[in-house]
Amino acid sequence: MSVLSQTTEMVDPVPGAGAPHLPAQPDLVQLLTPEGERVEHPDYSLDISPEELRALYRDLVLVRRWDLEATALQRQGELGLWASLLGQEAAQIGAGRALQAQDMAFPTYREHGVAWTRDVDPLHVMSMFRGIDQGGWDPVATGFNLYTVVIGAQTLHATGYAMGMQRDGADAATLAFLGDGATSQGEVNEAMIWAATFAAPVVFFCQNNQYAISAPIERQSRVPLFQRASGFGFPGVRVDGNDVLAVLAVTRAALAAAREGSGPTFIEAFTYRMGAHTTSDDPTRYRLASELEEWKLRDPIARLKAHLSRTGVADHDFFDAVDAEGDELAVRIRTGTREMPEPTGTEIFDHVYAETTPELAQQRAEFVAYHASFEEA
Amino acid sequence: MADTLTIGKALNLGLRRAMEDDAKVVLMGEDIGRLGGVFRITDGLQKDFGEQRVVDTPLGEAGILGTAVGLAMRGYRPVCEIQFDGFVFPAYNQIVTQVAKLHARSRGRLPMPIVIRIPFGGGIGAVEHHSESPEAYFAHTAGLKVVAVSTPADAYWGIQQAVAHPDPIVFLEPKRRYWDKGVVDPDAAPGPLFGSRVVRAGDDVTVLAYGPMVKTALQAAEAAAADGRSLEVVDLRTLSPLDLDPVYASVRRTGRCVVVHEAPVTLGLGAEIAARVTEACFHSLEAPVLRVGGYDTPYPPAKLEEDYLPDLDRVLDAVDRSLGF
Repeated sequence: MSVLSQTTEMVDPVPGAGAPHLPAQPDLVQLLTPEGERVEHPDYSLDISPEELRALYRDLVLVRRWDLEATALQRQGELGLWASLLGQEAAQIGAGRALQAQDMAFPTYREHGVAWTRDVDPLHVMSMFRGIDQGGWDPVATGFNLYTVVIGAQTLHATGYAMGMQRDGADAATLAFLGDGATSQGEVNEAMIWAATFAAPVVFFCQNNQYAISAPIERQSRVPLFQRASGFGFPGVRVDGNDVLAVLAVTRAALAAAREGSGPTFIEAFTYRMGAHTTSDDPTRYRLASELEEWKLRDPIARLKAHLSRTGVADHDFFDAVDAEGDELAVRIRTGTREMPEPTGTEIFDHVYAETTPELAQQRAEFVAYHASFEEA
Repeated sequence: MADTLTIGKALNLGLRRAMEDDAKVVLMGEDIGRLGGVFRITDGLQKDFGEQRVVDTPLGEAGILGTAVGLAMRGYRPVCEIQFDGFVFPAYNQIVTQVAKLHARSRGRLPMPIVIRIPFGGGIGAVEHHSESPEAYFAHTAGLKVVAVSTPADAYWGIQQAVAHPDPIVFLEPKRRYWDKGVVDPDAAPGPLFGSRVVRAGDDVTVLAYGPMVKTALQAAEAAAADGRSLEVVDLRTLSPLDLDPVYASVRRTGRCVVVHEAPVTLGLGAEIAARVTEACFHSLEAPVLRVGGYDTPYPPAKLEEDYLPDLDRVLDAVDRSLGF
C-alpha cells in the first residue's frame, strides 16, 4: 500500500472544515461496538467479571460528572481554566485501569480520568486549575506524575523513569500520555528513539482526539499515527478509544510486554474531543456541528451502558445509584473548590530549590518586610 | 598526596570519585562511553563502571535532559554532558521548563539532582556553535544553579560537590583551559561550591572574572603590577547564586570594579553584578563599574575570535578607564 493510499482514510470530506471521515477501519481494535455489542478480536481477549464491568461504568460516569462540574465551575468564575476530557473517558479509564500499583503514569494536562484511577483526589487537580498550586498530589506516592503543560515534554520523563525502573530491576513500566498534536514535537520523537534504543519499559498512549486545538490530524501526519511506531522499531496499535474494554485489553498487553522486557509499544486511541480544547476555546470556528453529532453516536458511556443492560449485568437501580454517587461527587467537588484556602504569598519562594540560596532568602525577607509595612501603617 | 593535573584530568578523577561514592550517579551524553567524550573528560569510565552507568546516548540533547528528568524522579543522579556550549539549545526547553521548575511545581516532592556539564567559551579556533558562553540564560532561570570552574582543584572538587548537591546545576567547564595544569590535593577539604574567592590580592582596582577569564585577569594583574598598579582579582566561581560579599569588601577598599566575561556584555552577568555592586558599594565607588566582554554579535569565525574575546589588553584598557575617572 502506498503512503498516499494510506492517507486517504483521513482525507477531509469537507475541504477546509477539518472533519475526519470515518470509514471502516480494519486496523482498529474493538471489543465493544458503538451499539454495545461484545465482539472478539484475534489478538486481544479480555476476561472480565460483571463486577469489573460495573466498576468501569462507574468510573466513566463519575469522571464525566467531575468534568461537567469543573466546566460549570469555570463558567462561574471558580476556576481560571478547565481542559475538558469529555468524550475521552473510555480512553483514559481503560488506560488508567490497565496500570498496576508499581507503574507510573505521565499525564498531559487533560488526564483527569487517569488521575481518578490513581486515586488522586479530584480537588488536588481542581486546585491547579483554580490557580492555588501546580497540582496538589504526590506524584511518586500516587504513581501519577504532575500535569505537564509543555506539549510532549513528559514523554521523555516517562522514558527516563522507565530506564530507572530497568536499572532497578523493577517489574514495572511507565505509561506516557500524549495527544495527536504532540506527535509533531521533536521531544516525542526523541522519546521514542530513546525508548526503542534502550528497550525501556514505557508505553506511549496517544489519544488521537482529532484536533491539536484547531489543527486537524491531517495537519499533523501523512500516515495514521500508530504506523509511526514501526519506523522507530516497536509495535504500534490503533484501538477504538471510545471502547473502554478494548483500551483496557490493549494497554494491559502493552504494559505486560514492557514489564517483561519487550520494550515499548505505541497505542493510538482513536477518539474525539467532544468539548472545546479548554474553556478558553471556541471549536465552532474550526469544526462542523455534524461531525460532533456523528461522534455522539460513538459515545463511550452509552455503549457500555447498552452492553450492561443487554447482558443483564446491571439494571436501572445500579445506573441510578451511580448517578446519585455522581451528584454527591459533584457537590463535594463544588464545595471543596469554593472553600479552598487562598495560598500565601511567601509560598512562591519556598520550593524553588531543595537548598535555598542566600539571594532568594533575602528576596523572601524583603517580601515579608514590604507586606508587613502595610500592616504597621 | 597532591598531584599536578590538567583541568580535564581533574574532572575525570572527580567524576570517577563521584561514581564510586554513589551508585545512583549515571553519566549520560554523546560519545562519552567508548570514545571517552570528545574532550576525553569521561575517558575510561564506561570500561570501569559499565554501560548502565556511563550511557552513550543517541544524538539528541533534549533526549539526554528529558530522560535525565525521569531518572532523577526515580532516584538517580544524572550527570549530563553537552558536547559543546552551542548544542545546549535543543535541550533548552527541558532545562528551563522542566529541570528548573519540577522541584517548585511539586512543592519539593520531586528532587532534581541533575548536573549539566557544558564545555564553554572560545579561544580554540573552532567552527560555529563551539565557542559560546550561554551562562546568562541559565543564571536568569529560577530553579537552576550555575557554577564555572577555572582551576584543576576546583574542577576536581567542584564536580563532586555538584553531583552530591540536591538542586540542578549547570556546570561550566572552561574548554580552552582543559589542558592547563595545577595542583590537586585529593585529601584537602574542599571550599564551598557556591563561594567566590579572591585569587590575587590588590589595592587599586577589583577585577571580577570566572571560568576561562580568570587566567586572563590574573595575567592582566601581573602586567599591571609591572606598571605599579595593584589589581585584586576575584574568581566568582558561582554565577547563580552569586556570592558577592567578598566582592563588596574588595570594592569598598579599591573603589573601582571591572567585570570580565566572554559572553556579550548586554544583559550578561556583568550587568547584574554592576547593578548589585553599585547598590551595595555606592558610597565607596570612585568610578562606575565597567564591563569587558564579548560584543553583541554572533560569535565570529575563528580568524576573528581574537577580536571578539576579551584579552589582557582589553582588561588593562578597562582598568585604565576606571582609574581615569
